Amino acid sequence: MLEGERILMIIYVILKRTFDTEEKIVIQNGKISDDGAEFIINPYDEFAVEEAILLRDKHGGEVTVVSVGDEDNEKELRTALAMGADNAILINNEEVEEKDQHTTASILAAFFEDKAYDLILGGNVSNDNSTGQVGPRLAEQLNIPCVTTITDIEIEGDMVTVVRDAEGDTEILKTSIPLLATAQQGLNEPRYPSLPGIMKAKRKPLEEIDYDELGIDEDDIESLTETVTVFLPPEKQAGKILQGEAADQVKELVTCLHKETKVI
Amino acid sequence: MDFQLDEDIQFLKNNIRNFVENEVEKVAMQIEKEDKIPERTIEMAKEMGLFGLSIPEEYGGLGIGMVGKCALYEELGKTHNGFTTLIGAHTGIGTVGIVELGNEEQKQKYLPDMASGKKIGAFALTEPEAGSNAANLKTTAVKNGDKYTLNGTKHYITNATEADVFTVMAVTDSSKGAKGITSFIVEKDFPGFQVGAIEEKMGLKGSHSAELILEDCEVPEENVLGEVGKGYVNALKILTNGRAGLAARNLGSCQKLLDMSMEYAQERKQFGVPIIEHQAVAHMIAEIGVETEALRSFTYRVAWMVDQGEKLIKEAAMLKLYGSEVYNRVADKALQIHGGVGYISDYPIERYFRDARITRIYEGTSEIQKNIIAGQLRKEYS
Ligand SMILES: Cc1cc2nc3c(=O)[nH]c(=O)nc-3n(C[C@H](O)[C@H](O)[C@H](O)COP(=O)(O)OP(=O)(O)OC[C@H]3O[C@@H](n4cnc5c(N)ncnc54)[C@H](O)[C@@H]3O)c2cc1C
Repeated sequence: MLEGERILMIIYVILKRTFDTEEKIVIQNGKISDDGAEFIINPYDEFAVEEAILLRDKHGGEVTVVSVGDEDNEKELRTALAMGADNAILINNEEVEEKDQHTTASILAAFFEDKAYDLILGGNVSNDNSTGQVGPRLAEQLNIPCVTTITDIEIEGDMVTVVRDAEGDTEILKTSIPLLATAQQGLNEPRYPSLPGIMKAKRKPLEEIDYDELGIDEDDIESLTETVTVFLPPEKQAGKILQGEAADQVKELVTCLHKETKVI
Repeated sequence: MDFQLDEDIQFLKNNIRNFVENEVEKVAMQIEKEDKIPERTIEMAKEMGLFGLSIPEEYGGLGIGMVGKCALYEELGKTHNGFTTLIGAHTGIGTVGIVELGNEEQKQKYLPDMASGKKIGAFALTEPEAGSNAANLKTTAVKNGDKYTLNGTKHYITNATEADVFTVMAVTDSSKGAKGITSFIVEKDFPGFQVGAIEEKMGLKGSHSAELILEDCEVPEENVLGEVGKGYVNALKILTNGRAGLAARNLGSCQKLLDMSMEYAQERKQFGVPIIEHQAVAHMIAEIGVETEALRSFTYRVAWMVDQGEKLIKEAAMLKLYGSEVYNRVADKALQIHGGVGYISDYPIERYFRDARITRIYEGTSEIQKNIIAGQLRKEYS
């Protein structure tokens, strides 16, 4: 073993089941309808799964994927197992009436309370609600360092070097294990689950627990937010083609931007 | 009777669908123009395990039955047929011989590398003078000590330029006709083995068919596949069991053509209405729908028969014939529905139209299938 090199890493990935990016959103009775919709692993969480597998393959250890949701989440957990994760855990929160990011983070915090881990990876945001809160909230509750929107991660012993995308700028940070990090696009290119991997995934452990087995009370994890209304963005209007001399077109364009769209 | 696919197979199928939609479709035009499948796409297909589709699990493959394989081939049929043929010829006629007829040593030696795609397989039966009359082979194999010496020329061999391992039929006893033919496993590095010119062809771009030249090609005795003298029967067996897979690929292409035709017919307006409102167009759509669905039922029925180990010479020939003819009719109607767009090479329809054409010729022409079917029926009724 090289000086300072870790040989075994315990990695967890928190994973959300979300709408397929290509689904058309339909609102029914004030709620987003999931009738007949296709679901996928949240794309940012998929980067996290891929990175966890790469880190495990490099340093040795184990990858466990954890998802909070209902039985349907098994499909996404199985996909992560097929990609190469070792274990999967489904925490069922179907019974909780009012849920938001606080609910998910609190359930996960209760789950991790008695666990040993080096790294918890997740997505930067989910492609449905896009709040980006679950990761940081969980880190806060676990009282461990948290880095969001990472595009690279290197681990040497207990030291971790992370490159993060700071809204277009690049930041390089040094931190230490245990750590929670959330993945940004560009971290890696997630693999397709291999077909033999899918067959093997059937035999890998997928454990299901109820959130109340974690010793938490529904009252403590209930939603802190309230959804007032849900609406679709206005339909895109037809474009406008300017005509005539270039100089006149420029004038008209400036007027439009100023008066019609009010962007300047 | 249960028409539901297993959950595992459904899962595999969805994954192939994602791969096809995201990775293969985007390079389809490129494959067509360059007559070459990008290395990266082939690499990804290998990483996914697509090359091990018909190899048992103990040799590194998927280990699924024919119904499952057909479900996966159906997805592969929904994209560029050249790509599908590279994989289909390898996983079908290219590996099935070793899987079904190989002894333990041969399986251990070849199958793991073929499952991972490290080694590509091909099947070499056809010769300039032995097409439909496949028993009329001129390639000879003469035994010298513990080796066979092969001499002759094969042509139109799919994957010839890519392959490492060939299942080759040659005459070991010319006095016995079809019963004097033997199959051999020939590696591309064996002395005296050479790949000749690549044929330019009408379609299936990216998949290459070429000549094989065997000039005092030395093949060790342990590379005889199955029994000496059973090569012709073996070849028919390999082709027969492959029929369902080929039909499933055709089925996938029909489904894709239906999808594209529906989308186009609902969007394209002439005389103030979407063209699907014109009954003649709607009826073409209906015909595509019916034939595709009928092909689906027939394909999975024959696949199921393969899994039950049933005798299926007649049904396999019927399916080969039907699947190929349906694909051609569907491609023709889809092209008609697309009008001028259907004929323009910037759109995929004309490609399917050209690619469909080969299915009535290779792996036994439509006419030969009818001969087999009629022959079997006559036996049944005699
Ligand atoms: C792109 C491509 C890929 C191929 N890949 C492979 C491969 O991987 N391996 C391999 O071994 N071969 C391969 N082939 C060969 C293919 O299987 C033969 O071309 C096919 O079997 C027909 O043989 P033929 O071309 O000699 O035609 P012929 O046998 O000369 O047939 C000409 C015509 O006569 C008809 N005909 C012949 N005999 C009869 C009869 N008794 N009754 C009624 N009609 C008859 C045929 O149906 C056809 O219409 C490939 C061919 C092509 C074009």
